[in-house]
Amino acid sequence: MTDSPVPTPPIGATSGAPAEFPPASPAGRGMFGIAGSGDTSGFGGLVRRRPAAVDTPRPYGEWFDEVVDALEEAYPGFDDAIERVVVDRGELTLHIRPERIAEVCQILRDDEALRFEFCSSVSGVDYLGEPDGRRLHAVYHLVSLTYRRRIRLEAAVTAEKPHVPSVTSVYPTADWQEREAYDMFGIIFDGHPNLTRILMPDDWEGFPQRKDYPLGGVPVEYKGAEIPPPDQRRSYQ
Amino acid sequence: MTSYAEARETTEGRVFTVTGGDWDTVVSGHDPLSEERIVVNLGPQHPSTHGVLRLILELEGETVTEVRTVVGYLHTGIEKNLEYRNWTQGTTFVTRMDYLAPMFNEAGYCLAVEKLLGISDEVPKRANTIRVLMMELNRISSHLVWLATTGLELGALSMMLYGFREREFILDIFELTSGLRMNHAYIRPGGVSQDLPDEAVKRIREFLGFMPKRLKEYENLLSGQPIWQQRTKGVAVLDVTGCLALGVTGPVLRSAGLPWDLRKTMPYCGYETYEFDVPTRTEGDVYARYQVRLDEMRESLKIVEQALDRLEPGPVMVANRKIAWPAQLAIGTDGLGNSLEHIAKIMGQSMEALIHHFKLVTEGFRVPPGQVYVAIEAPRGELGVHAVSDGGTRPYRVHYREPSFVNLQAIPAIAEGGLLADVIAGGASLDPVMGGCDR
Repeated sequence: MTDSPVPTPPIGATSGAPAEFPPASPAGRGMFGIAGSGDTSGFGGLVRRRPAAVDTPRPYGEWFDEVVDALEEAYPGFDDAIERVVVDRGELTLHIRPERIAEVCQILRDDEALRFEFCSSVSGVDYLGEPDGRRLHAVYHLVSLTYRRRIRLEAAVTAEKPHVPSVTSVYPTADWQEREAYDMFGIIFDGHPNLTRILMPDDWEGFPQRKDYPLGGVPVEYKGAEIPPPDQRRSYQ
Repeated sequence: MTSYAEARETTEGRVFTVTGGDWDTVVSGHDPLSEERIVVNLGPQHPSTHGVLRLILELEGETVTEVRTVVGYLHTGIEKNLEYRNWTQGTTFVTRMDYLAPMFNEAGYCLAVEKLLGISDEVPKRANTIRVLMMELNRISSHLVWLATTGLELGALSMMLYGFREREFILDIFELTSGLRMNHAYIRPGGVSQDLPDEAVKRIREFLGFMPKRLKEYENLLSGQPIWQQRTKGVAVLDVTGCLALGVTGPVLRSAGLPWDLRKTMPYCGYETYEFDVPTRTEGDVYARYQVRLDEMRESLKIVEQALDRLEPGPVMVANRKIAWPAQLAIGTDGLGNSLEHIAKIMGQSMEALIHHFKLVTEGFRVPPGQVYVAIEAPRGELGVHAVSDGGTRPYRVHYREPSFVNLQAIPAIAEGGLLADVIAGGASLDPVMGGCDR
């Protein structure tokens, strides 16, 4: 495995507009993707901004304070490892420094007051255009069967150095799910026993779920009109 | 070590004398009984691997020493595609993931979208009841396919015919309700696409009438059968610790003894108001999984009955016109489509209604930025939907935590050390659906 996950950018990554400005990305501009024209409607000039990432102030409510306190007590490196705590829509998200994720999972699983025994899901999200460049997020959803709670952990890395320690030693179920996150986003889980592609063919180039990877497709003719592939159609943003 | 090409130096240079590789000398060093080690490729096209699953088995005689699972043959990029369609269109995609449990895919997705929108409490009661009704019918149909295919694989051929016969009845109910036998896109963000017709209620009552008897018949057919017992009892055992470590949920986890059912432990859609039990066993083998699934079908029948009883007339879509699908749908001669009244209204009476319809159907609604994770109890275990919105009209990212995908990791744990024939029984008992696994 090389350090650079993308030896060459995928075909189309730099040529087409959708590759550079995916419709749903924070880079989204305008209503119909109009640029450099005499558009006077005003729609072409709309710029949507990503809301600033902020900490949720204490108290968090429900059982969230309890969990965060218990983790702070059980984990000496808490201040260093936890970057942000966000409570949104009744869900608790801990943003973890990527290199600490496996340690935090170990504590979360083993501590009596926490007991997150079960790892539901590991996946990736590509927040293209994140100001500090840490666009690739590995997202973990843990469940405590004992207390019937769910929390979310997020570890953000850059596309240039997408290294996150694997949690397979804590949660063996993360095996395939980390492989999928590697396959789709190119997040490299250090210490994973067999980090290979799982859904895409072994010789596939590029990481398809990244936002700068085009959807692809061919134009289709329907009743005499040509309909461009989905990622090249004009779109509302 | 014998040299098969002796060399000697001559004036012309070095000359090799090549002798034939004598098969006897090659073989003589090995004991064929103790060292017969072969690698067998099973699938991806094989009738008993449930779709396009590939297993690479290392065998010593009949004993499996190592299994490697290869998935991905049915990967269709649904998660990526979702990012290029609006939120409502997403239902049409996700319903095609686990094709035996489409209602669950839709329900999980819609619950996630509603949570992102913050309208979870506004979903009308009737819509929630219909969702529960459809999900439980779907659970029965999914378990019936499991029973049918597993019966087929273990030699109980008639079970296959019976299972698919009864499932067909459920699919007819779905067709009556949504217009489609499979891939319904019936559950939509905010409610369901159209009301449950009276005829469907009648058919469900009919189904409730004969199904308990049929379930009894299957039990009589299989449970006491010596061959069925020998093929399933003590086979592919996985205990609770193993299940939790490998992330296995659903009937497989419950067959090992842990009554973890999200309908009870983390209820959604009002499941806490229904009366039903969570069947468990403690053996953790294929037979226990078969028993759990049979019992679950009975519990689902109970829930369906309760849901029918509490169906009250009312809306089936949220009142918020900024989110609710504008079109009233109806089943016409050519399938499900806009109802004639709706078309008459937007085309002939109200320009504003036409604009509203056009905006909402082509552009869709906006979902406030944020992320949610919603988990529901699908027939195969925890179906989790991680949905991220950036504030636009399309999903920024939707990830499905598919129980088939996660459960398949358990194949080496349940198959290694067992017999080759038990790989089929064990694999089948996980009930993997590759459409869901590969997405």
